[in-house]
Amino acid sequence: MENKRDWSVHPPYLYPGYKSTVLRAPSKPLIPIKHTLSERTGPVYGMDVIGQFDNDLTKNGQKNGEPLGERIVVAGRVLDEWGQPVRNTLVEVWQANAAGRYIHKVDQHAAPLDPNFLGGGRCMTDNEGYYKFYTIKPGAYPWGNHPNAWRPNHIHFSLFGNNISSRLVTQMYFPGDPLLEYDPIFLGVPPKGRELLISKFTLDLTEPSFALGYEFNIVLRGNKETPFENK
Amino acid sequence: MALQTPSSTVGPYFAYGLTAAQYGYDFDQIANDVLVAERSRGMVAERSRSVTSDDLSGDRIYIVGRVFDGNNEIIPDAMIEVWQPDIKGFGRIGTGTDPKNRFHFETVKPQRLDGQAPHLSVIVLMRGLLVHAYTRIYFSDEAAANAEDEVLNSVPSERRPTLIAQKQIVNGRLEYHFDIYMQGETETVFFDV
Repeated sequence: MENKRDWSVHPPYLYPGYKSTVLRAPSKPLIPIKHTLSERTGPVYGMDVIGQFDNDLTKNGQKNGEPLGERIVVAGRVLDEWGQPVRNTLVEVWQANAAGRYIHKVDQHAAPLDPNFLGGGRCMTDNEGYYKFYTIKPGAYPWGNHPNAWRPNHIHFSLFGNNISSRLVTQMYFPGDPLLEYDPIFLGVPPKGRELLISKFTLDLTEPSFALGYEFNIVLRGNKETPFENK
Repeated sequence: MALQTPSSTVGPYFAYGLTAAQYGYDFDQIANDVLVAERSRGMVAERSRSVTSDDLSGDRIYIVGRVFDGNNEIIPDAMIEVWQPDIKGFGRIGTGTDPKNRFHFETVKPQRLDGQAPHLSVIVLMRGLLVHAYTRIYFSDEAAANAEDEVLNSVPSERRPTLIAQKQIVNGRLEYHFDIYMQGETETVFFDV
C-alpha cells in the first residue's frame, strides 16, 4: 500500500512568480502508477557514510579558524504521516554562509566567502528519528528572479526515508523572517503547507553560552504498513 | 495524520552539498555515477528488500543523456538520481561538469524483477523544479518484456518512446542513450508515485 503525494501542501510544478519554473515545469499531467518493488525500495545508508564532523558545519570546513556568524543548532525529528519515527535515515543539508554567499562557483553575489565554512553536511537520524546539526545561521542573498529579489535565510534539506517514493528535497526557513512574504519559492507552497517549512526557535535546543536552537521536524510520506509493524 | 512536509527546489547551488566530489569541492558524496561500486559503500541491505541475488555478472552498461528545457536548450544545472533495486544500486550526478552537460551512469543491465521489464527508477531535480520529477528508463533491446510491462502499458502508446533508452555501441562499449525533455512534443513521461 502506498501513500500518495498530498498536492494540497506541495507546490505546483508551474508557479510563474518563480520564473525558472516556466520552461522547466512538466506541462503534461503526471501519470499515476501503482507502487511496484521499484517504488517500495530505495537506498539505505549506514553510519559509514558519515564523517566525524559531517553534522557540524562549524567544523567541517575549517582551514585556519572558526567560521564567522551566529552559531546555531538545527535539530528535530523525521516522522512519517502516522507519527512513527523514520529511523536511521540519511539527512543531507547545504546552505549559504553568514554573509549570504554560497561557496558554489556559480554564485556571483558580492558578499565574502568564509575560508572556514563550506556549508554542506549530513547525518543519520537515530532510532527515534532524531537528527541534529551544528551550523552558522545562513544569510539572506539577492537573486535575479525579479527586481530587488532576496531569498530569505534558509537551509536546504535532502532526505530519502524508507523508500524512493518518500524522497524529499526541501528548504527550512527561520521564524519571523520578513522576506518570506516576498519570496516566490516560499509562496509557491500552498498556504496550508507554508508553516511546515518554518523552523521554531526554542530554548530547549539552545545551548547556554554556545548556540541558539531551532527545531525543524520533517514529515515524509509514509508506508501504510508502518504503524502496525511494531505492535 | 500529519501533513507531509512540502517539497522545494534543489536550487542552483546543490553541487557542493550533494555532488561535492564531482564538482571538485573539498567534501565527499554518498553516491556518484557508478552504481555497482556504490553497493559496497555505506549501503545497508536489510531494509532494501531486494528479492534477487547479488549477481553482478550481467552486461556492464552505460546510460548517457541530457536534460532539455521548454526552449529545447540543454539544462546544465540538473541533478539526476537513479535507483536499481535488483542490485540495490543508487547513483547521483549533476549535469554541470560534462563538457556537453550530459549525465552518465555505469551499472550492470537490470534484470526482470517483480514481473516487470528491466528498468531503472529516475529522479530529476533542478532549479525551477519545485517538486522532483520521477520517471523510468526502459531499454530498447527489451521489446518483448517492454510490451508486457504494466507501467509502460499504462502510458499512452505515443508517449512510451520517451521512456525507452536507445542502445548503441560507442567505442566498443554498450551505451543506452536517454534524453529527458521537461516540456514540448517529446516531453518525458513523469509519474505520480
